[in-house]
Amino acid sequence: MLRIRNLDAGYGSLTVLRRVSIHVKPGEIVAIVGANGAGKSTLLKTIVGLVRPRAGEVLFEGTDVSRTPTEAIVRAGCSLVPEGRQVFADMTVWENLLLGAHVQRGKGGRAGLQADLDRICGLFPVLAERRRQLAGTLSGGEQQMLAMGRALMAHPRLLMLDEPSMGLAPLIVRDIFDIVVRISAAGSTVLLVEQNARSALKVAHRGYVLETGTITMQGTSEELLANRDVQRAYLGKDANEESERGAP
Amino acid sequence: MRPALLRQVAAFVATVVVIQLASVAGEKAFLLTQLTMSAYYTLVVLGLSLFMGYAGQISLGHAAFFAVGGYTSAVMTTFDLGPFRSTAWVAAAGKVGLLATRTDAFGSQVLAFHPWPAMACAVLLTAAIAFAVGVPVLKLKGHYLAMATLGLGTIVYSVALGTATLGAADGISGVPPLPVLPGIAVGGNGSRIANYYVAGTVLAVSMLLLLNLVHSRVGRALRAIHGAEDAASAMGVDTAHYKVRTFVLSAAMAGLAGVLLTHYNGSIGPSEASIMKSVKYVAIVAVGGMGSLWGTLAASMVLNFLSLRGYFGTLDDAVFGTILVVVMLFAPQGILAIDLRRALRFLRPTRGAPAEPG
Repeated sequence: MLRIRNLDAGYGSLTVLRRVSIHVKPGEIVAIVGANGAGKSTLLKTIVGLVRPRAGEVLFEGTDVSRTPTEAIVRAGCSLVPEGRQVFADMTVWENLLLGAHVQRGKGGRAGLQADLDRICGLFPVLAERRRQLAGTLSGGEQQMLAMGRALMAHPRLLMLDEPSMGLAPLIVRDIFDIVVRISAAGSTVLLVEQNARSALKVAHRGYVLETGTITMQGTSEELLANRDVQRAYLGKDANEESERGAP
Repeated sequence: MRPALLRQVAAFVATVVVIQLASVAGEKAFLLTQLTMSAYYTLVVLGLSLFMGYAGQISLGHAAFFAVGGYTSAVMTTFDLGPFRSTAWVAAAGKVGLLATRTDAFGSQVLAFHPWPAMACAVLLTAAIAFAVGVPVLKLKGHYLAMATLGLGTIVYSVALGTATLGAADGISGVPPLPVLPGIAVGGNGSRIANYYVAGTVLAVSMLLLLNLVHSRVGRALRAIHGAEDAASAMGVDTAHYKVRTFVLSAAMAGLAGVLLTHYNGSIGPSEASIMKSVKYVAIVAVGGMGSLWGTLAASMVLNFLSLRGYFGTLDDAVFGTILVVVMLFAPQGILAIDLRRALRFLRPTRGAPAEPG
């Protein structure tokens, strides 16, 4: 589905990613965990073409898309739910969803569009209730659902989620990850990046650890959850002991 | 077509009719002349409002696009092709009906392009120039277009002022009227009331088209670009492409306005291309609210009318400069978006009041 080889990327004179290689197989849920500033969002932005790689290749279903414009990548079936949701605040919930179908022009017509809207509302009933509301007035969890619904309108084969749990209450985070599992069961492949490593690895099949722009560890979710380094750095285990020992 | 849009446009048409009846009843029908001219300038400002409000960019070249349209039409309809009658292309153009012979003000026969093909060429040329400027510049994020169009404006103004064929400082006069319907023409000795209604119709049709565009799939994409450009790209919206298309559309509208006003006045001069004209258009869009088409229409009709009636006198440019500064300071969303309660609070500042949360 997706294969990235030796990817270097950054902004201006700043290099954020160094020789990153990952792959995602069809049907998988893959999680990339790492601290703030490790380059997780940059990686997703590079895959979808919002940031251009300096070196390396991004193969989506066998074709190199590292020079392809973003809209063509989205049309090819790779959608990003951006960090911080980025719903269009001044537009209604419905308009946001219709915008998600932007690349679907001419495919399926009006009936197809309605079927898509029904499908999204089945997944997120709250969006149907709030269809006429401005997206900016939704709660954080509802905005996350809208952002995911909006991305699903484009029928992505690969759905990429950037920090879906950011700023949400723990209960809502659980709902969001339940939905990720349902999206995956419905046939989409999912690549998600998360600071919330535990929640992400619990739903993922495999995971990568990204540290200051390089992949330092990879394995199945069980392996990573059991790994002592991962536990200490990202799962908060031993954290109390550490801070007690570290305190003067 | 949405019923709400049709109702709005119907209300506009009713206003146009009421103003005409009132002006005739009050024996002030001469005001319709300035209203007609305002309507054509409003066409420029509407396109600019669409572009500024939806593509989030500023053009300082709309006076140049207006002038390109107006001058192209003026040259094509006044340049006497009589001496070239025997050349192959003039003969061919005449055969397919693109040319017309008329008698000019001095009684001599002039063979020139008919106003309609001239208009088509003028609008196409304007659009082509906008496309050539827009494609490289709108790929960049940031306000590079303002710079590029400022340059374009300077070039067009200098060319208009310095070219003998374009009449240099005098401009081009003797532009024939544009026939619309039997007995009705833009300009010439056509009736003042008929011309007013032609301009009103042009505005009403433009509003219908623009409002429809804003509420379509394209408009949704444009609003998304203005809301969050990266998120819009992530939805598969080709942002550069939409910005260029909007820019070309708004430039073409300015070109069309130039054509119509040139026919109406029977002339055009280099002052139409001046940078101050472009600044004036930007100021009017700011007053009306970028992207608020009805607000822009109202602001443009009022301000252009006052300006054309000479209420601002020699301070005209200063008035529009001041308007721009004041609006940017106190009502960056346009006059209609002012929150009166907040404005009143601003007038009564209390000592030591806590800073407003950002």
